[in-house]
Amino acid sequence: MSIKLEHVNYIYSPETAYEKHALRDICLEIPHGQFVGIIGHTGSGKSTLIQHLNGLIKATDGTVYYDGKNIYDEGYSLKELRSQVGLVFQYPEHQLFEVSVLKDVCFGPHNQGLSEPECEKRAKEALELVGFPEKYYDQSPFDLSGGQKRRAAIAGVLAMRPKVLVLDEPTAGLDPKGRDDILDQIARLHSQTDMTVILVSHSMEDIAKYVERIIVMNKGSIMFDDTPKKVFSHYRELESVGLAAPQVTYIMHALKEKGMPVSTAPTTVEEAADAIMESLKKENREIL
Amino acid sequence: MRMIQTKDLVFDYQQRDEEGKVIGTHRAINEVDIDIYKGQFIGILGHNGSGKSTLAKHMNALLVPSGGTMWVDGKDTKDEDQLWDVRQAAGMVFQNPDNQIIGTVVEEDVGFGPENLGVPTADIWKRVEDSLKSVGMLEYRSHSPNKLSGGQKQRVAIAGVMAMRPKCIVLDEPTAMLDPNGRKEVLSAVEELREKEQVTVILITHYMEEVIGADKIFVMDQGNIVMEGTPGEIFGQVDKLKEYRLDVPQVTRLADKLKKRGLDIPDGILSIEELVDEICQLN
Amino acid sequence: MIRDITIGQYYPADSVLHRLDPRVKVVCTLLYLISLFLFKSVPGYTVALIFLGGCIKMSKVPFKFIVRGLKPIIMLLMITVIFNLFLNPGGAILWSFWKLAITEKGVRTAVYMAIRLIFLIMGSSLMTFTTTPNELTDAIEKLLKPLNAIRVPVHEIAMMMSIALRFIPILLEETDKIMKAQIARGADLESGNIIQKAKSMIPILVPLFVSAFRRAGDLAMAMEARCYRGGDGRTKMKPLAYKCRDFAAYAVTIGYVIAAVLIGRNIPFQIWFF
Repeated sequence: MSIKLEHVNYIYSPETAYEKHALRDICLEIPHGQFVGIIGHTGSGKSTLIQHLNGLIKATDGTVYYDGKNIYDEGYSLKELRSQVGLVFQYPEHQLFEVSVLKDVCFGPHNQGLSEPECEKRAKEALELVGFPEKYYDQSPFDLSGGQKRRAAIAGVLAMRPKVLVLDEPTAGLDPKGRDDILDQIARLHSQTDMTVILVSHSMEDIAKYVERIIVMNKGSIMFDDTPKKVFSHYRELESVGLAAPQVTYIMHALKEKGMPVSTAPTTVEEAADAIMESLKKENREIL
Repeated sequence: MRMIQTKDLVFDYQQRDEEGKVIGTHRAINEVDIDIYKGQFIGILGHNGSGKSTLAKHMNALLVPSGGTMWVDGKDTKDEDQLWDVRQAAGMVFQNPDNQIIGTVVEEDVGFGPENLGVPTADIWKRVEDSLKSVGMLEYRSHSPNKLSGGQKQRVAIAGVMAMRPKCIVLDEPTAMLDPNGRKEVLSAVEELREKEQVTVILITHYMEEVIGADKIFVMDQGNIVMEGTPGEIFGQVDKLKEYRLDVPQVTRLADKLKKRGLDIPDGILSIEELVDEICQLN
Repeated sequence: MIRDITIGQYYPADSVLHRLDPRVKVVCTLLYLISLFLFKSVPGYTVALIFLGGCIKMSKVPFKFIVRGLKPIIMLLMITVIFNLFLNPGGAILWSFWKLAITEKGVRTAVYMAIRLIFLIMGSSLMTFTTTPNELTDAIEKLLKPLNAIRVPVHEIAMMMSIALRFIPILLEETDKIMKAQIARGADLESGNIIQKAKSMIPILVPLFVSAFRRAGDLAMAMEARCYRGGDGRTKMKPLAYKCRDFAAYAVTIGYVIAAVLIGRNIPFQIWFF
């Protein structure tokens, strides 16, 4: 269930005054089961890119392959693709519309043509996966708190049992604990099932903690595509395009500049604490 | 001179059923006492649902207390005769950039407030220009708001409030819907305002980094003020803040972790430079 | 990109027409539209053409834009022409086929109807091309002010219109987002009969309405926070005030109407100069 993009280009409103070349020659392969983060400033093309993954947008040029098949082939079912590649937009709670949470989460399975009992079964599974309390299953989605609404919306996509889950800024607008909760849930989803998870985010610190690979978008092209540690080691270049590395990266580099023999690799607080303690112990041992 | 003062402030939201009958109440603010003095930069922090936005809406009489009193610039917000004076004294910027811009052209939106106050036409133009200049958006005066970024829209909203020449500006989670660049833009605009216009600034947020420079921080939880102090005093209490569903910047968390592992690091480290200096001193 | 669509398609330029007070444009367009129905003759339409052509030239709006406004009514135009061609008895028969006959009168009426329609559309488009939606609402607010005497809430209506105009692009964009989110969940908005298609709109319309109401609530709070309390006591940042050129425009338009009616109805000038 890998995804492959070959020389994908996308131009908005071609040949008008508003023409915008949003994606430039994107070549990218995401193997099954990976946990990928996509970062980039506003306008870098990240939203456009993810909408190509489930065929919502058709590339102006180039090809998209899902599981080895060209999704632009004659007769290829995009509806089927959207069951496989689930896309959760930013502020997904804005898509809720049904009279009860359970019914809303059943919308996806219904569209897949499943029987009523099967829809309910999958809906309940999905709601459990996101930690949504059972007592609210029959409540109107409009009566829930922001965090609960968001869980219900994500469950709506999970109920379709996608093999790939793409989330566009799932933590937007949530408070710190809300952010941690959702990201922990997503990480748990990834480790417990074999879903590919693609996370688009602005927060370097969130991304650094969870993903195994980071793709950095800049002005429609891929600027970096590597592990978090390697990507954040280019922190100066990231800054030049309006992005930043996690605060921890700056701390480690600052310490190194002041002469401390510490590794600049850490990108999370735990790693940094370990590295600093290591280095100080070594220093003290040497002094002794 | 007090800008904002509350005594035993209580606010209850009434829950109504489909026929409009009250079926219950939810206490959003529970006997809160705060004093905010003119010219201060105050941060009010709290998780979603802590009551911070409800408190903010009392500051310009969008909500009136169910119990206790709120005084803004010496005026009781329950006094209907003083309502518009209160709202002119305490301006408010909201979270959603689109849902507070009324004009179809930037300068017309900034002029909306002064128009409502009955300011003469020539003065309106002067205020609009001054306000747009103070937030760095003068060159966008003839633009449609639809073409602006989130950060730019919020700056226009701030200009719109400043054009009313308020004594105090309350910003209710102004950066919650913005990307990091937008957040930076808005915060530096607020910083500039503080310095140049000397207006009292009250910033409601759940991002600790935004209130590092505040004179005083209030932390709310379940309608109560649970912590009160300078940034240094508050930031150091990392565990307590986590209990209240808040988080501190990585640098403060790292300092706290190192302290827990036995290093002699003071509380309340707020910046990278501070931490780096402290660690190097241990060498 | 959808955000760049504005109702009435304003074409920004710096021309005499653009600089006119919007009230002049609204009133004169109305006079012009009415005038088209006061005569039915080639000389009359020629006068109208001169007036319209002159205005178009002065507006600096490219001709192709103005013609584009005719695209949506091509169907209506065709139907009008065909009906009048074939179903108008009177005058010599020029061509007949089975029971349908094209008469001389039919041809003339069809041509006149078509010209009227075309001139009508082009005239109205010209007004919207040279006047921003907000200018239009300001003009309507000022023109309808007398209605305040009979308790019509003119200011509130104008405020509602300009807020609606402001939010149309935003709601359009939101509709797009909601549609994409539901399509991503497998919604099919294209296939099925009328009933199925209508049903498939629910997942779009419900969230859209909820969102619109939410925005309305937020906006109301923001307006109150900025001391909005209705039209009383409000001053205007851009008050409408007539200038010389506006009076000149009124004069020219009235002159055109008189000339068109006289010439169009073949009334000899002598009668009026007595």
